[in-house]
Amino acid sequence: MLIEFFFCLRKHGLKTSITELLDLLAALKQQIVFADVEAFYYLARLTLVKDESQFDRFDRAFAEYFEGVEQVDLSSAIPEEWLRRSLQRQLTDEDKAKLQAMGGLDELLKAFQERMKEQQERHAGGNKWIGTGGTSPFGAYGYNPEGIRIGQDGSNARRAVKVWDKREFRDLDTEGELNNRTMQLALRKLRKFARTGSAEELDLDETIRATSKKAGLLDLQWRPERHNAVKVLLLFDVGGSMDDFIYECQQLFAAARSEFKHLEFYYFHNCVYEEVWQSNDRRFSEKTPTRELINRYGRDYKLIFVGDATMGPYEIAYPGGSVEHWNEEPGEVWMQRLLQHFDSAVWLNPQPQEHWRWHHSIDMMHELLGGRMYPLTLDGISNAITALLKKSAATAPVS
Amino acid sequence: MQFSSTSNYIVADELALAVQAAVILEKPLLLKGEPGTGKTKLAEELATSLGVPLLRWQIKSTSKAQQGLYEYDAVSRLRDSQLGSDKVHDIANYIKPGKLWQAFTAAERPVLLIDEIDKADIEFPNDLLHELDQMEFHVYETGEQVSAKHRPIVVITSNNEKELPDAFLRRCFFHYINFPDKETLAKIVHVHHPDIQRDLLQTALEVFFDVRKLPNLKKKPSTSELIDWLKLLLVEDIGAQELKESSGLMPMFGALLKNEQDVQLVEKLAFMSRRRES
Repeated sequence: MLIEFFFCLRKHGLKTSITELLDLLAALKQQIVFADVEAFYYLARLTLVKDESQFDRFDRAFAEYFEGVEQVDLSSAIPEEWLRRSLQRQLTDEDKAKLQAMGGLDELLKAFQERMKEQQERHAGGNKWIGTGGTSPFGAYGYNPEGIRIGQDGSNARRAVKVWDKREFRDLDTEGELNNRTMQLALRKLRKFARTGSAEELDLDETIRATSKKAGLLDLQWRPERHNAVKVLLLFDVGGSMDDFIYECQQLFAAARSEFKHLEFYYFHNCVYEEVWQSNDRRFSEKTPTRELINRYGRDYKLIFVGDATMGPYEIAYPGGSVEHWNEEPGEVWMQRLLQHFDSAVWLNPQPQEHWRWHHSIDMMHELLGGRMYPLTLDGISNAITALLKKSAATAPVS
Repeated sequence: MQFSSTSNYIVADELALAVQAAVILEKPLLLKGEPGTGKTKLAEELATSLGVPLLRWQIKSTSKAQQGLYEYDAVSRLRDSQLGSDKVHDIANYIKPGKLWQAFTAAERPVLLIDEIDKADIEFPNDLLHELDQMEFHVYETGEQVSAKHRPIVVITSNNEKELPDAFLRRCFFHYINFPDKETLAKIVHVHHPDIQRDLLQTALEVFFDVRKLPNLKKKPSTSELIDWLKLLLVEDIGAQELKESSGLMPMFGALLKNEQDVQLVEKLAFMSRRRES
């Protein structure tokens, strides 16, 4: 019973388990709802879905199963005519004039189809792909006035709007990079790291000493509470080869941010030189000298580099090697200054570890960091955290 | 069992269904939703309407799962041993039952509220898996097995500050309390302020939903803030007309806007709309 429904949910990416299905069946057996589709919808959602960000997927699955409604999947082709018609209905004259400025409707449709071919999966956010909530001209709920809207008023054509057709939880669907399980787990690891240090606890040594002083009369001693002890300085590689990874990395650390009391964020490009910056939009106007980082943040800050370390070897080893500006001193000198100041430092590399040996620059960085470069994977992050929490090993060899 | 709106609490149909299912199938009910949508209030009202006691376990960042079961006070036993008290021979004297223990051994089936579970450590829910599933636990110090006489009705609330582990979620029923629409909200207000004038309520709700619609608000006002604000409007005797004509910020804005930046934002927008009108 309801097996097909169950598999339909799984097909839509809901992680519903068998126990939960059995719960639903038990609820039905108790006749909590009877012959009422809407009540069944609520009951099924109550028992099978455990997170409001999954509600939208559930709605879609429910609609597909119970109505046989062909679901409009963005990765399948949308007939051009259908698009054109709905577009023209939606556009005001003003919009149409603007559209002409962009090269006309045909141009837009052509670009849309090209992009459709490139895009493999559903997407939300961002500024290029087709999806929801972005600034790309294609997709729903975007800001681009010339945009093609998809699915936003799809319900108009149907007879009556059912609860699950309202899709009111659409905004809560966080589908995207961050939703995959590894990232969530990584986040959990980072949070645990943030809360290292224990609450108030019995200081056994002091208690024994104090008790013996009082000739055996118990005298308890407590250690003061410590929490949020970890301070983190994060240096983040942007631009160039990092573009592929940047979104997920930023999401990860932004999400962890609220957990840390001290988490500082700076950007660099490829390798650290004499200046870093905090806002990527104003990177050429508001820079911070790297020396200031060393002066401002104490040695107890944990230094984390995030970057793919994929560059020309001269960018690390030679003066003037930077691809962006003339650097008086080679990158490795600056790396060493940082590493000498901060007691513990690691490098997280989003490149798959098996590719590392193909890049000479990764080898060089690896060596600079004394082997503390870890892949940006679950294991990598937990190894990196262990390395950070260890009493600092000897920093990089000075060459 | 039928749980429905009471004289001072309005329940949406789907929430009533959720509560009913959780009670009949004896599963914990996990409630999420914006702050101020009545998650905690639900447990209180449920207990009142069933006429059973409510046991409330307020979770803090320092809470441990063990505290909900029992605590063994080794320190006072040590002290007593030095004072030569007779109590010391029975370890049970130093075991303090926690909320779960109290709920398991209560004479009638109680409502157990585990409030704001997301405040605790990440491992906290995992430590309660077996206890909530089997409704029993073991006391190591005395070798006693505590199991529930009646499975308590467990209501858990979360403000979504942390992800809850999957294994824990699988054992619960989940309901997300959506923000009420205008109609429901009017009903809720009526329950709290029965003598409010119709036009004042209408205007106030319009202002309230306008504020909620503003993008970039740090903290959207919720039901409980609306009710507080209306109370102030009533106390200060501000009429619908006055509310409509108020330029700039609405009167008593402090009850609705809890953040300085939000106040500035609303002020700026009000200023701009006035300039457009004139």
